Amino acid sequence: MLTVYCHKRETTLMSETWIDAGAADGVMQEDVGRFEHDGHSYALYRTEDDRYFATDGLCTHEQVELADGFVSGTIIECPMHNGRFDFTTGEAKGAPACVNLIIYPVKVGGGRILLKIA
Amino acid sequence: MSAVVTRDYSLVGAEAERSVAAGLASAKWYTPPMTRAELKDLMRRDDGPAIRDTLIWFAALIVSGGLGWYFWGSWAAIPFFVIYGVLYGSASDSRWHECGHRTAFKTQWMNDAVYQIACFMIMREPEIWRWSHTRHHTDTIIVGRDPEIITPRPPDVASLLLNIFALKNTPIFFRKLFIHASGRLTDEEATFVPESERPKVYRTARIYLSIYAVVIVACVAFRSILPAMYIGLPSLYGGWLQLYFGCTQHLGLAEDVLDHRLNSRTIYMNPIFRFLYWNMNYHVEHHLFPLIPYHALPKLHEAIKADCPTPYPSTIAAYREIIPALARQLKDPTYYVRRELPVRQSAVASRQ
Repeated sequence: MLTVYCHKRETTLMSETWIDAGAADGVMQEDVGRFEHDGHSYALYRTEDDRYFATDGLCTHEQVELADGFVSGTIIECPMHNGRFDFTTGEAKGAPACVNLIIYPVKVGGGRILLKIA
Repeated sequence: MSAVVTRDYSLVGAEAERSVAAGLASAKWYTPPMTRAELKDLMRRDDGPAIRDTLIWFAALIVSGGLGWYFWGSWAAIPFFVIYGVLYGSASDSRWHECGHRTAFKTQWMNDAVYQIACFMIMREPEIWRWSHTRHHTDTIIVGRDPEIITPRPPDVASLLLNIFALKNTPIFFRKLFIHASGRLTDEEATFVPESERPKVYRTARIYLSIYAVVIVACVAFRSILPAMYIGLPSLYGGWLQLYFGCTQHLGLAEDVLDHRLNSRTIYMNPIFRFLYWNMNYHVEHHLFPLIPYHALPKLHEAIKADCPTPYPSTIAAYREIIPALARQLKDPTYYVRRELPVRQSAVASRQ
């Protein structure tokens, strides 16, 4: 059993799976891409120094796809209302985003982004 | 003769329920095709343009205000207070707006600082208007959802005329300040301001009232309205240009459509207007891509104009459409200006 700690959230996962979320170079540096699995949307981030992160794909404010948003440093801005999150922690950083994002472990292997989800 | 049918524009009435039931609330809106690389380039933030424009703005306020003080008591003071008033009561509209989106500056504290100053100047409480504008972008000109519809159909002409000098909005602003300072929201505000943000609303209202109280005390102490000519009154005597600009954004166009190209206007403006308005004349573009900073909107306009209706060549041209439309809506509230969309094409393909 694995316990994943997110900011202000704790989720206990009974099973875990690494999912192939696409090519690592499919996400530009300092940018975000979208990945869908089992009807659930995820946002995949690549920093300027090639670190990868993943969060839920929808903004916690009004369920807008974050993959259409803007990445600056480790901040993702929602495309609709400019709500801001730190995608490394999921923390909401400014109104209208008030509820934190769920984050997911990510690793890169063989040029692929692997995402760990329950 | 049939009676003019009016709709309920409040956020807590029958139209609010109807718009939700009709799928118009928090709906999916049209977006022009853009590549991710194009968007990423346009969304890039930069402190430079906004620092330059803000320094010019503050310098112009200081110079015009200083000359107004120097010539105070003579007719020569009038043009300087006209300029000061426009910079204070009208240019603050676009500064409030852009910094509220946090796109004007790359550095966030700069966005927040200018946002607070501009909000005070234009008599808009920062927390209330941040959330109100959030809703405006979610549900642009959706009746019963959008709190920023400037006038209903049929138009409230008396209020529009009074607001040339903010005479309708100012009493409402102060009434709400007292409500908020007492720790309450109106029913409508409660529909879009989350619980967690409400203490900020109450605190800001108390600060605003304190500042206005100091200005009134200063006027009494100096037996002059001069202090109020700098803080407070410019929102009234200088607010006419922001109404002139603001009415062009959506007035007379379609309600309840999920396409910003049909309910917003893009208008070409001269460089002085664009400085005062921070490129909000590219209003269709702003609504389509709110993350793109004001200084990149002309470039966005060029990128997507093949997918948008023909822009208006000037504000005068826009008012040639708006005024007759409002006049017609007085008798027929169902009337609106139908914008002609270009034949659907791939804007991305046309740029390649």
